[in-house]
Amino acid sequence: MTITEKILAAHAGKEKVSPGDLLNAKVDLILANDITAPIAITEFGKTGAKKVFDNKRVALIPDHFAPQKDIKAAEQCKMLREFSKEQNLDLYFEVGRMGVEHALLPEQGIVVPGDLVIGADSHTCTYGGLGAFATGVGSTDVAAAMASGECWFKVPESMKFIYYGKLNKWVSGKDLILHTIGDIGVDGALYRAMEFEGEVINSLPMSGRLTMCNMAIEAGGKNGLIVPDAITEAYVNGRAKRPYKFYTSDKDAVYADIREYDCSKIEPTVACPHLPSNTKQASELSSITIDQVVVGSCTNGRIEDLREAAEIIKGKKVNPNVRMIVIPATQQIYLQAVREGLAEIFVEAEAVFSTPTCGPCLGGHMGILAKGERALATTNRNFVGRMGDPGSEVYLSNPAVAAASAIKGRIALPEETI
Amino acid sequence: MILKGKTWKFGNNIDTDAIIPARYLNTSDPEELAKHVMEDADPDFPNKMQKGDMIIAEANFGCGSSREHAPIALKASGIQAVIAKSFARIFYRNSFNIGLPIFESDEAVAKITQGDEIEVNADNGVIKNISKGEKYSAKPIPPFMQELIAAGGLVEWTKKRL
Ligand code: SF4
Repeated sequence: MTITEKILAAHAGKEKVSPGDLLNAKVDLILANDITAPIAITEFGKTGAKKVFDNKRVALIPDHFAPQKDIKAAEQCKMLREFSKEQNLDLYFEVGRMGVEHALLPEQGIVVPGDLVIGADSHTCTYGGLGAFATGVGSTDVAAAMASGECWFKVPESMKFIYYGKLNKWVSGKDLILHTIGDIGVDGALYRAMEFEGEVINSLPMSGRLTMCNMAIEAGGKNGLIVPDAITEAYVNGRAKRPYKFYTSDKDAVYADIREYDCSKIEPTVACPHLPSNTKQASELSSITIDQVVVGSCTNGRIEDLREAAEIIKGKKVNPNVRMIVIPATQQIYLQAVREGLAEIFVEAEAVFSTPTCGPCLGGHMGILAKGERALATTNRNFVGRMGDPGSEVYLSNPAVAAASAIKGRIALPEETI
Repeated sequence: MILKGKTWKFGNNIDTDAIIPARYLNTSDPEELAKHVMEDADPDFPNKMQKGDMIIAEANFGCGSSREHAPIALKASGIQAVIAKSFARIFYRNSFNIGLPIFESDEAVAKITQGDEIEVNADNGVIKNISKGEKYSAKPIPPFMQELIAAGGLVEWTKKRL
């Protein structure tokens, strides 16, 4: 069996499962945010359940429109707070303690390898980077699971992606996944598990692994997965709040498709409007001017990402035609960025350094685009209207390319600024 | 159940940001959401569509975010059903969970032209094109999903099992 099949089987109490099987499985953790939890809370009430199945396994995180951007958003956040009090939830994160959910939960050791996690947010698939089965569902799924502790799943087929060779300078997990989505398309992994492996993955840091699994959904994938190893152990050791288990894929596991990529051929990659699969090499886009740069999100808002952007922008200024917005994904990252002097580097470069929030990633607040404006962001989606007016455009890249572009005022490679 | 209505056609990869843009997600009130349904795919859509209409789309309808607000907005606006070549998986789940009828049919999508009157038999997936006098079939709904529909959605199904 593949690692996906093994984790699903273990949580459904079965010896063996195969793609296509429908099963009910126990979940280790359920999460929802300030957009999806309000519906989940209302639907939970309709199930007739009085208490959630386990008050230590339901995480509610107001991160999308928080700090509360307007009255309606404040009302939604209030629902989360009140429900958390009423249900005595351990995992409610108030503004000041919260961070972007998919950065926060791994960082705090709340998601651990071997877990089965569902979240009312499509990027829940991020935790595959830890060797967990994690997938996005809807609010009603969360409501039902909060009541029963279970969720129904169809066992997906798995696709394997093998990365070999040597990574080029300034190429990271973001470029690998953008390149892959560019190759297979936004529905290239529809209903399937995406398993990433190979020598490049074996030495990819956890930040890059989380970035890759985060964007599995952008290829239509049900989940992303990386078999846990020594890098995983080093990451979870000391932070895991629950016992964890490493699952692996069997040698004879069956894959619906296997693809190999020679990483020496992969360059810094940018997804052009309006699909994550619309990829080009950053070097082909030097004529594209930009109005805004965003470094942040559950994809690239970790400390490693901020360090990469800071390295490029240190001692330089953001181009006068550009607004640069840097958003650490969690409070811990924010604090670390302050302590390491990264915050100072960004502010001196005349960028905005914000408190954690999803903010502009989904066109919520903190950097919305007007008609005709163009942004380069380290986020994960560039659909029409994603960051503001339907007549605006979003390009996606890694943090180094984003920082270099902020300096140049157009899409640029890091080496152009050094 | 027989659904009858006029059709609107859309292309590939209609994402949930196009179905209901995030800028309206500071509420989950279905009526409010319905006012902006499909707005970023066609700004005029909320005005010109009529209750009972159906959406015909190419592949991967509903990709992107997990927001249940997308099928909720469609349902609340009066869209009776969506027929597409394929659906993104979270949207697929959500539609069954909240009771928005959806069907997968390559043939229907290829042959229906915008504005055609169609009749969909939700029980057996037979789609009649009244305007053209043609008949197509949709992929059968998996037994578990039928069980969910019969129970009245996931909440009711869960209630019975608690
Ligand atoms: S940062 Fe963006 S993609 Fe990630 S959870 Fe927030 S809105 Fe979604």
